[in-house]
Amino acid sequence: MIPAPFAYARPTTVDEALQAIAEGGEDVKILAGGQSLIPVMRLRLAAPETVVDLSKVSELRGVREDGDSLVIGAMTTHADVVRDPLIQQYAPLIAEATETVADRQVRHRGTFGGALAHADPAGDLPAVALALDAEFVIAGQNGRRTVPAADFFVDYLTTALEEGELLVEIRVPKLTGQWGMRYEKFNRVAQAWSIVAVAAAVRREDGHIAEARIGLTNMGPTPLRARATEAALAGAAATPEAIAEAARSAAEGTSPSSDLNAQADYREHLVQVLTRRAVSAAAGL
Amino acid sequence: MTVTEDAATLAPAKEVGQPRRRKEDARLITGRTTWTDNMVLPGMLHLAVVRSPVAHARITGIDVSAAQQAPNVVAVFTGRDLAEEQGSIPCAWPVTPDMVNPGHPSIAVDQVNHVGEAVAIVVGRSKAAATDAVELVDVDYEILPPVLDMEAAVAEGADLVHDQLESNTSYHFVFDAGEAGTGADTEQAFADAEVVVSRRLVQQRLIPAFMEPRSVVVQPQGDNFTMWSATQIPHVLRVMLAMVTGVPEHKLRIIAPDVGGGFGGKLQVNPEEVLALLLARRLGKPVKWTETRSESLMAAHHGRGQVQFIDIASDREGNVKGLRVRLLADMGAYLRLITPGVPALGAFMFPGIYKFPAYRFECDGVFTNKVPTDAYRGAGRPEATFAIERIMDELAVELGMDPLELRRKNWIQAEEFPFTTVAGLEYDSGDYEQATQKALELLGYDELRAEQQRRRESGDPVQLGIGFSTFTEMCGLAPSRVLGSLSYGAGGWESASIRMLPTGKVEVVTGSTPHGQGHETAWSQLVADQLGVPFEDVEVLHGDTAVSPRGMDTYGSRSLVVGGTAVVKAAEKVVAKARKVAAHLLEASEDDLEFADGKFSVRGTPGATVGIQEIALAVFAAHNYPEDVEPSIDAEATFDPVNFSFPHGTHLCAMEVDTDTGMVKIRKYACVDDVGTVVNPLIVEGQVHGGLAQGIAQALYEEAVYDADGNLTTGSFVDYLVPSAADLPHFDTANTVHAAPGNPIGAKGVGEAGCIASTPAVVNAALDAVRHLGVSDILMPLTPERVWRAIHQGGDGGDRATAGTNAYGGAQTESTAGVSTPASSLGGDR
Repeated sequence: MIPAPFAYARPTTVDEALQAIAEGGEDVKILAGGQSLIPVMRLRLAAPETVVDLSKVSELRGVREDGDSLVIGAMTTHADVVRDPLIQQYAPLIAEATETVADRQVRHRGTFGGALAHADPAGDLPAVALALDAEFVIAGQNGRRTVPAADFFVDYLTTALEEGELLVEIRVPKLTGQWGMRYEKFNRVAQAWSIVAVAAAVRREDGHIAEARIGLTNMGPTPLRARATEAALAGAAATPEAIAEAARSAAEGTSPSSDLNAQADYREHLVQVLTRRAVSAAAGL
Repeated sequence: MTVTEDAATLAPAKEVGQPRRRKEDARLITGRTTWTDNMVLPGMLHLAVVRSPVAHARITGIDVSAAQQAPNVVAVFTGRDLAEEQGSIPCAWPVTPDMVNPGHPSIAVDQVNHVGEAVAIVVGRSKAAATDAVELVDVDYEILPPVLDMEAAVAEGADLVHDQLESNTSYHFVFDAGEAGTGADTEQAFADAEVVVSRRLVQQRLIPAFMEPRSVVVQPQGDNFTMWSATQIPHVLRVMLAMVTGVPEHKLRIIAPDVGGGFGGKLQVNPEEVLALLLARRLGKPVKWTETRSESLMAAHHGRGQVQFIDIASDREGNVKGLRVRLLADMGAYLRLITPGVPALGAFMFPGIYKFPAYRFECDGVFTNKVPTDAYRGAGRPEATFAIERIMDELAVELGMDPLELRRKNWIQAEEFPFTTVAGLEYDSGDYEQATQKALELLGYDELRAEQQRRRESGDPVQLGIGFSTFTEMCGLAPSRVLGSLSYGAGGWESASIRMLPTGKVEVVTGSTPHGQGHETAWSQLVADQLGVPFEDVEVLHGDTAVSPRGMDTYGSRSLVVGGTAVVKAAEKVVAKARKVAAHLLEASEDDLEFADGKFSVRGTPGATVGIQEIALAVFAAHNYPEDVEPSIDAEATFDPVNFSFPHGTHLCAMEVDTDTGMVKIRKYACVDDVGTVVNPLIVEGQVHGGLAQGIAQALYEEAVYDADGNLTTGSFVDYLVPSAADLPHFDTANTVHAAPGNPIGAKGVGEAGCIASTPAVVNAALDAVRHLGVSDILMPLTPERVWRAIHQGGDGGDRATAGTNAYGGAQTESTAGVSTPASSLGGDR
């Protein structure tokens, strides 16, 4: 289908992009790969007045180190994320989850920042960012601000990004110590969105689980942390029984939707199974 | 070259049987060809269809003024504007004399009966202009209650789809073997039976989901019209459009250029084809319409859609005694080309490969407020095969017998062919035992059974099951007299002609229009062998009623069996005509001539030879040819089969079921198909793979889901799950060969085999894995949720929630209406 008419801007710097957004009128959409935006425009679910295409803003691409953090440019493609050596070293969970996003073609155009700013509850990366306590650096006309992941995802397809603002980079704390990670994704066909998925990062110490961080995909309008399970795992023995017991509370505090792939009660069941599997794998069991 | 070479070693290898790579693929795969939507004509206008967002309503007003005034819009038409000339989409298969057909307007006039039905058409100078103006057409609807569930639709006091009719039942079709004289009394057989097993099975609605969307271009020239359409049936379409629109048949030329798949979904006279022709006539300008994927999913016809009540009777030893089938078949809102005939065609296949003494079939065609159903790969036969192969497993469980042993006990033995079944069909040839043995070996059956046992004993969360489908199907549609006896509106013959060009090259014209099957390659192989010319010297022409004036097109695994036979028969006539010329040129008697490897030679006279390609030049020059013949060796032939052909095979599926999540995963799939003589093993393999993908998809992935208001919630490929190669297992395939006696090629047809056979094998395998946990049925598709519920909550997995996924911003909700709403302004940056 053909999108409704729209104005188009293709800035080359962040400043130019902010300018284009400011001048774009009432309803500006940012094209950050377009793997979600273009289809919804073609379906006329979205009919923005102006589309600001970030594909030429090269300063937003790439991954670098900054002290204790990894800094991932918002326009870094999924394909670049998957093969980035820093991510492999310090945040392999991101690479593992990104590798499950859609298909190869989509991963070569879609971007890390675009997926996070889109905040699709069925998307894989928000729960990963949440589990890793990532921080979101947002640029606006009045400078930059940093928002923690817990505050970034506000509601269904809604983030802390205000009108006129732009997500420019994501800072992910480097994990030190003996961390294991796993992304357990459940979907019916390879290219589909997650019905439910669980991102787990587990730090082991002396045969125990010292710390577990668990992000849940598609268990509510925003990504969630499985706080009850995390609490139960802190200091628990790294045994299948202890993990299974802790995973039983994975659905606490969630509010999953019902759709033709899964009704809410089945999602609540699935998240327990997937949490058990993700934590077990991350704990090296 | 030495003079002592053995003639036999010089002879070119036979083409038939060679795994030739398809000569048409390069242009099809790269898209550098004449797909209909690639057509651009001077002055061409573009059509966009305004479609109903509601399932059932009276149209109380349409305001097109804003759309008419939109930039680059030429005109806007409503149903009222076209009511006098649009006629009705034809239904060629009135299965009973009293079948009720409410008529099928191409564009709704007073009432809409399914979501996606056309209510207005915008004509624009560009596709974008027409599309933009769709949103400006304002339609007022007075909502009527939607009729969506077949069992509710046939209940007393049900709301009516068509309020001018007395009920929602279009027809009641009965085949009773006792009455037909092909079997014993069914009621008596059940009364006398020691064991009776009854089940209610559901065939969900499917969407053909061909790769190339439907597309049509019409060019008026004086009082002539040329239509390009992405259709399977240019010849049938020409006849039907002439009847519907009154454009005389000889003023109408239909071209199906390269067509990107159909699976029965393009075996149709589409409303949009009628509308494009009417508007080209009215406007005097070329017009084009190409659907979006969303339009295709909701407005192109669907397939399947049956509730099956099936009863099987046997004695305690497992000898089957009777079969009774009662169907509710979903017609959708209207009858399209062969909507009512699809379940009726299946009527004859429910007995499968088994020797039932008694059989009764009844089917009610039921109207619902959904898009009409019609042919989809297998068309009636997958539904029948599913039912019989599922109920055989259920009977085996009831009797405590091995499902394979039960099948063996009842299937037709190899020495019993030809065998007339209780449905009155004469099965031509085959050996079910041989195919089954080979399939068991391919699967590694014994090892998998042992593993299944181990997993059960250890209580493994991942259980293993093995499912059988020992199937047959009727192909080679069809003997014209049989079609007549079933009230079908046309014949089942096929036509071919061969033109011998002066340079010795060969043009083969086929009436069987391909849409991806590989006719050009296979027909070239047939002709190369028949005429003894190189494969590369043969060109196959098709799909244009001006080039190929006679044809019945492609569906029902008929092309090679019927169309290929017509080609062979035309080639035989070419050789016969060339023989007269050869005798003249060689100054020999026809009786003394041998024809081999493209050359006529005089027996006992070495060196006295003339090639058929040389003869082609000789008759072109026409300087020297026999006085009693015309100077041409071209020929045409029409072949009308006397019987169907009956491919068969054994399909085995080994399935892993994760009892924690309900996820099913095919561990191994092995199938041995007997499709008769194989002309091109590569094409056969490809057809089997594609068929398996679609059959497995019915079992596991695909379903056209409507919500309680009649909205199609699987309105995009986000929610209508078509599996890709990543989701399917390796297929272990093989063939046995029992040539079909009904045609000179010996082919039986392969286009639908994989799709027909695989679905019950997959479902039987999943059930075999979890039957010990108390599961006896799971509704298709076997979503993980349904499997999990069946295991942990009992029942058949139950109804799915109807809402589309929230991914993508809930793409399904508004794509059905094709308009943007306030809810379109979703948050977030994308």
